[in-house]
Amino acid sequence: MTQSDDKKQLDKLLEKQRKGNLKPSDRFEIPPQPIPEQEPHKRKKNISEVALGYTETQARLEAMRCLQCKNVPCVKGCPVRIRIKDFIAAIAEGHYKKALQIIKENSLLPAVCGRVCPQEVQCQLTCTVGKKFKDPTKAVSIGRLERYVADLEQDNIQIPEIAPETGMKVAVIGSGPGGIVAAADTRRAGHDVTVFEAFHKTGGVMVYGIPEFRLPKSIVQKEIDVLKKMGVKIICNFIVGKTRTLDQLMNEEGFDAAYIGVGAGLPRFMSIEGESLIGVYSANEFLTRANLMKAYDFGKGADTPIAKPKIAAVIGGGNVAMDSARTAVRLGAQKVYLIYRRTEKEMPARIEEVHHAKEEGIDFRILQSPKRIIGDENFNVTDIECLKYRLGEPDESGRRRPIPIEGSEFHIEVDTVIMAIGNIANPLIRKTTTGLEFNKWGNIIVDENCKTSIEGVYAGGDIVLGAATVILAMGQGRIAANSINQYLKQKKKQTLRNTK
Amino acid sequence: MLKEPHKIVSKKQLSENVFTAWVRAPLIAEAAKPGQFVIVCLSNEYGERIPLTIAGADPENGTIRLIWQRVGKTTAELADLKAEDKIMNIVGPLGNPTEIKNYGTAVCVGGGIGLAPLLPITRALKKTGNYIISIIGARTKELLILENEFKDISDELNITTDDGSYGQKALVTEPLEEVCQRSNKPDQVFAIGPAVMMKFCCEVTKKYNIPTQVSLNTIMVDGTGMCGGCRIEYDGQPKFVCVDGPEFDGHKVNFELMIKRLNAYKYQEKKAIEQYRNYKCKLEDKIES
Ligand SMILES: Cc1cc2nc3c(=O)[nH]c(=O)nc-3n(C[C@H](O)[C@H](O)[C@H](O)COP(=O)(O)OP(=O)(O)OC[C@H]3O[C@@H](n4cnc5c(N)ncnc54)[C@H](O)[C@@H]3O)c2cc1C
Ligand SMILES: Cc1cc2nc3c(=O)[nH]c(=O)nc-3n(C[C@H](O)[C@H](O)[C@H](O)COP(=O)(O)OP(=O)(O)OC[C@H]3O[C@@H](n4cnc5c(N)ncnc54)[C@H](O)[C@@H]3O)c2cc1C
Ligand code: SF4
Ligand code: SF4
Ligand code: FES
Repeated sequence: MTQSDDKKQLDKLLEKQRKGNLKPSDRFEIPPQPIPEQEPHKRKKNISEVALGYTETQARLEAMRCLQCKNVPCVKGCPVRIRIKDFIAAIAEGHYKKALQIIKENSLLPAVCGRVCPQEVQCQLTCTVGKKFKDPTKAVSIGRLERYVADLEQDNIQIPEIAPETGMKVAVIGSGPGGIVAAADTRRAGHDVTVFEAFHKTGGVMVYGIPEFRLPKSIVQKEIDVLKKMGVKIICNFIVGKTRTLDQLMNEEGFDAAYIGVGAGLPRFMSIEGESLIGVYSANEFLTRANLMKAYDFGKGADTPIAKPKIAAVIGGGNVAMDSARTAVRLGAQKVYLIYRRTEKEMPARIEEVHHAKEEGIDFRILQSPKRIIGDENFNVTDIECLKYRLGEPDESGRRRPIPIEGSEFHIEVDTVIMAIGNIANPLIRKTTTGLEFNKWGNIIVDENCKTSIEGVYAGGDIVLGAATVILAMGQGRIAANSINQYLKQKKKQTLRNTK
Repeated sequence: MLKEPHKIVSKKQLSENVFTAWVRAPLIAEAAKPGQFVIVCLSNEYGERIPLTIAGADPENGTIRLIWQRVGKTTAELADLKAEDKIMNIVGPLGNPTEIKNYGTAVCVGGGIGLAPLLPITRALKKTGNYIISIIGARTKELLILENEFKDISDELNITTDDGSYGQKALVTEPLEEVCQRSNKPDQVFAIGPAVMMKFCCEVTKKYNIPTQVSLNTIMVDGTGMCGGCRIEYDGQPKFVCVDGPEFDGHKVNFELMIKRLNAYKYQEKKAIEQYRNYKCKLEDKIES
């Protein structure tokens, strides 16, 4: 369909709606609007964003697909309970500012979540339209609509109002999505907020992990700029636990409350032979070199080198694995394998990413896993030896357990291996903070208000949940900020009483 | 507690390729302990993150001392900075501090730029009452640094150069072996320098069963345990130098593998420094003309 056809269809539907005789069957007839994308053969050679975003007509047509269900099943699928039905109605009416306001009641980073939320297992999984077509990818594209209205605002994001200064000091540790939200919400309440970030750039995984072609860094930067304009202090190159400990911040530097949002952090390796060879990377290292330090521009300004893979194998099946594989493609690899122990059905990656990865020519090798990595006399990787797997009974995670098939060894020639099999909690805070309780995996234990075992200290995001998502981290940042605001209100009353 | 820009307070050239500077970094100066390091990054957009040892800390003046050897792009760029210039990013202190205590007789062996990290450790060991035997070496006389500093804090000082242009014509392992053979064997050895030097020092001390700490200088990215790029094989197990080290029992380190990993980017690094030199030449041509 051409653009003018789209426009005609939209006008017809709007006309019907005005007359009050738009029926659900009319809505079902609107085809799911495809998002314009860069062609695979072009985007493989650049790092620019793959999905280009809806046109206005497309956005309104997609919004018209929403049935405006009374019981809003979609909202139950959204971790932060965005009033989805209402913001979509606003888009259908062409009231984009209003739509954004509704979203922002619950989500501070719609331009980010619209792009990276795993919608097909959240809001879009429970959407009635998706149910009707028995396919969550045919549900109303809630995420893309969110992105549409958020992008319209990108150049003049409104600075929220700040309550009168309370004189209370809040430390936010880590500048990932959880930290950004916690900082914004506590600052809005008038507190003096400082964000401490270990890296030289803010944004957490959104900046060093998720690649530019999925989430342009300028979007994250704009959110950080808003924080600055709100008067939040941001201190980079400050590692809590090293530069100063949390105990010191609370007891010597006069912070009244803290939010810990330091993320998961430590890469997992497989403990197999050959993992120390040259050319074996953790996904964290590979993606950090490529994203944070822009190693893809090595020789064109960037100082950080990265091995330019010719044939790469990525081990894993989540978003991190897809990002690594697609980054390897963009660094010029001629062949990229994605090696996963289970089948595509069990892959935790977003469907869209799997689809994009395949379009970009990544060779999916399912039911396989490396047994050892082999190198030459200079310790450079030359091969991986893999085993074939089959699926057994479901395990605790509910997914069918992969079982190695004995004697099924075979070799794949590679020069780069990227381990994307998950992260574990960084022990730095645990080792340097007294009285903070952790579970056996090293995650901080919190209650439903994100309160930790130390008074005035709250936590959220990956350091609490293990590997989570941007929206879950944001949600916890918000819960923690509410708790902090309440706690500080009490504390202030208390000190006023004491000084009387 | 706002961070201030890292201004270079003073800078000096110590030898053809070695430079030292005192840099403002009050938070780090206060927290630093011997054996720890910082990561320096010269630009937010494109900078490479490189680890450098904290060669001295002055909490009262809020400064730390860095000593670096010009080997590639980033260290060359650092060498081109002057007093009053600013270093954009410095993060630290990173790594575990050296275990400083009275061992009895401590041998401190340093080669080349390794003398920089060795200095604060030797100084602290001296303060806690150790008998200090220092063995300091370089390829040639011009490259020997910190001789006076070591003289002040050593009970015995051995100087070696590969070409015999100064001190004893030998590798540091020769006087080390001689010391190990004494009837009153030293109690602890600290060896810091190029990986090959540490490797051979460990081979010597292993023969005499003398515990030996080495400080490893693997390639790093974050310095917080996040990337795994700095990993080594230690006692057959992977260890991260930035969080588990940088000091290790040298007898358990797989040096051969570590040395190869250090060269992983050799070709690309060579290109980067060539480009930087070309750029500088062009710039200077422009200024002259
Ligand atoms: C490659 C990749 C792809 C992903 N893709 C998706 C996706 O598509 N969709 C999705 O929803 N989620 C995705 N995720 C997961 C998501 O990014 C995380 O769940 C989320 O970012 C966690 O947020 P957080 O607030 O816990 O902090 P993080 O984003 O983890 O940030 C923590 C920050 O704290 C800093 N820090 C750590 N320790 C200290 C310290 N001691 N002192 C000071 N600062 C410190 C770190 O440098 C970092 O900047 C992906 C993750 C990765 C790695
Ligand atoms: C904990 C630690 C402490 C260190 N302390 C000091 C110090 O006090 N003074 C000092 O001069 N150097 C120190 N180093 C080494 C220093 O980090 C490197 O010399 C630096 O990263 C080189 O950067 P470049 O961009 O100038 O050179 P690059 O272009 O990156 O490299 C040039 C050449 O130097 C070698 N090289 C690269 N990285 C390292 C490395 N990490 N260690 C050794 N050689 C390397 C490579 O063989 C390469 O070919 C330390 C390293 C570590 C891990
Ligand atoms: S935040 Fe995520 S889950 Fe919630 S509505 Fe938006 S896209 Fe869906
Ligand atoms: S479930 Fe789907 S159709 Fe129903 S209101 Fe939500 S988005 Fe609209
Ligand atoms: S430098 Fe990244 S883990 Fe050590």
